[in-house]
Amino acid sequence: MTSTAPIIDARGVWKRFGGLAVLKGVDLSVAERELVFVIGPSGSGKSTFLRCLNRLEEPDDGSIQVDGIELLSPKTDINAARRRIGMVFQSFNLYPHMTARQNVMLALRKVLGQNKDQAATVAARALDRVGLAERMDHYPAQLSGGQQQRVAIARAIALEPRVMLFDEPTSALDPELVGGVLNVMRELRQDGMTMVVVSHEMAFAKAAADRVVFMADGQKLEEGPPAQIFEAPQHERTRAFIRQIDRH
Amino acid sequence: MDGLNNFIFSFFNLKVMAQYLPLVAQGLALTVVLALLIVVCGLALGLLLAVLRSFGIRPLNWLIIFTVDVFRALPPLVIIVLLFFGLPAAGMSVSGFAATWLSLTLVLMAFAEEIFWAGITAVPKGQWEAARSTGLTFLQTLRMVVLPQALRITIPPLTNRTIAITKGTALGSVVGVAEILGAAQSAMSFSANPSPLTLGAIAYLVLFVPVVALGRWIETRFAWKR
Amino acid sequence: MEDFLFAFLNWDIVTQAWPILWRGFAYTLALSAMTVPLGLAGGVALALLATSGPWWVRLLAAGWTDFFRAIPPLVLLVFLYAGLPFAGIDVGAWGAVALGFLLNTGSYYGEVLRAGIESVPRGQMEAARSTGLTRGQALAHVVLPQAVRNVLPDLVSNTLEVVKLTSIASVVALPELLFQARQAQNATYNATPIVAAAIAYFLLLWPLVRLVSRLENRAMAGR
Ligand SMILES: Nc1ncnc2c1ncn2[C@@H]1O[C@H](COP(=O)(O)OP(=O)(O)OP(=O)(O)O)[C@@H](O)[C@H]1O
Ligand SMILES: [Mg+2]
Repeated sequence: MTSTAPIIDARGVWKRFGGLAVLKGVDLSVAERELVFVIGPSGSGKSTFLRCLNRLEEPDDGSIQVDGIELLSPKTDINAARRRIGMVFQSFNLYPHMTARQNVMLALRKVLGQNKDQAATVAARALDRVGLAERMDHYPAQLSGGQQQRVAIARAIALEPRVMLFDEPTSALDPELVGGVLNVMRELRQDGMTMVVVSHEMAFAKAAADRVVFMADGQKLEEGPPAQIFEAPQHERTRAFIRQIDRH
Repeated sequence: MDGLNNFIFSFFNLKVMAQYLPLVAQGLALTVVLALLIVVCGLALGLLLAVLRSFGIRPLNWLIIFTVDVFRALPPLVIIVLLFFGLPAAGMSVSGFAATWLSLTLVLMAFAEEIFWAGITAVPKGQWEAARSTGLTFLQTLRMVVLPQALRITIPPLTNRTIAITKGTALGSVVGVAEILGAAQSAMSFSANPSPLTLGAIAYLVLFVPVVALGRWIETRFAWKR
Repeated sequence: MEDFLFAFLNWDIVTQAWPILWRGFAYTLALSAMTVPLGLAGGVALALLATSGPWWVRLLAAGWTDFFRAIPPLVLLVFLYAGLPFAGIDVGAWGAVALGFLLNTGSYYGEVLRAGIESVPRGQMEAARSTGLTRGQALAHVVLPQAVRNVLPDLVSNTLEVVKLTSIASVVALPELLFQARQAQNATYNATPIVAAAIAYFLLLWPLVRLVSRLENRAMAGR
């Protein structure tokens, strides 16, 4: 880890749904250009935590700073903050009534206030970066799952976010389409993007992650370099989880 | 043969028809104006209510739901009669045209709100989240991401409902509006011959058969494609 | 305010008009009990013709349906009630209402049921026939039950519309709720009876409106 101020600094994040506490005081700080992997059993609160990091979920308690912005402060313009935090979803969530390029252009025009030509150029560049220059004018329904997810990544990176959040970006994809998406993520990392990734792609984690965080029952149980978490985990729960993942 | 002649004389009396054609044509024009006013105002109000409802303000939503329920439950003719004969008793008088327009607008508003709202809620939550995560505001998301998708699936039910309600313009004849039916009925009593009524029926067919067919076409075109 | 209450929510008038309004209400129920089954019967017949007849029968059924969906029901009713007698055919108010609803609501029910029947996969009919059921048996026991289930929201919604539509019988002087309310209004020079009738309609039909709304939301979410 580097010694500079963290770009994401979440402290004591609590979230309850009705009576159920889903996050019980989670801390996470991420340095610039770091890639943090979050793993853990289903229902442990990984998605919920990730969604708190751009306030798609409203935490009940705690503090979250992203790029120096106090995210939970009522004075914060959340929409301005969100464009610095890219998010990629498991189910792509592309807008079905817009072409790939229009999907990317929407926020460029309405949030960044670019004019049509500017936005079209920026969108083309973003789609080129994810290898879809040829498919710009296709509608989501005319694209494969892997291509759709790459458009979704382009939609986020076109806004030049300071950090990117990925929630199981490959788990809705057929196995042969996973590689393309991971390649795009690898390139993003090489370009120095700060990333928080929830995923079960262990090979990718081992190769690309700076740090792996293991969550269970709404808490961060342990964290460390991939080698340590995968080869020599401290907690029994982590060991059991790694064993189970490795089996398939 | 006598029966047939009698039938033709009663219902397809060309002389009577020619005489009252202008009257019925005027009725047709009035029906078109009335129908357009109802469609524009009813759909706009319905959309407005559905959008207001999406803000999720509890007491306001209860009010919207109740209003919509009232105008879905009451027969349009009852609303027309209530406005036309009721309001004068309170010192406000409205014309038959205004009473019919207002009543059917409110009825269309109610049905349209319900359909728009169902369409909005049918758009997956992920669409909201994706749009908000790029920094779009609530209203931008509603307008540019959610409504375009919602409107698409609402088109078939909305078309059918709009047709059914605009046909209610004929109810205006009960409160003296000289739309097609009203005009045809006066012509029938002047001429003591029901041919003007046939003319009126033809006018409705000319007006609505294309719309009904359009509705059927839209239904097959939009129903299962997404 | 005083004037408003006097004109619209006058309790004295309600008590005075109560018996006649009550009779109107009962009449409306009776009319509905006649028109709904009549419309359904016409609808089933039309739907069967439109889905399983030879091509020219289907075409005819579609034309028939569009014709009666394009003619406002009140126009049809006036035609049957006031027009037909000129040709020496007097069906009376009851007859006009019965015939009008058979033609009009039959077409609406027919359209709904046709969509329902077409939503049942072909294989259902073939499977039923392969076990030795006749065409009629297969329709009655296999296809129609599924068809009805698939379009239940539209069927219930249509039924709500039919009950509301009985109010147009007031135009041909059948003493249903709206007609009685108008009579009472004329007798008392006060709008309260019409308000009372509106409230009665609302109380009668609100549960149905809620039901339709619930069924429709579920159907839309399933798209
Ligand atoms: N909107 C919600 N309302 C109520 N409960 C919720 C909501 N969202 C999540 N939960 C609950 O919170 C818990 C954590 O959910 P979360 O989606 O964060 O888990 P996860 O670690 O991402 O699991 P998975 O690996 O299955 O995606 C689960 O028990 C879930 O049922
Ligand atoms: Mg998850």
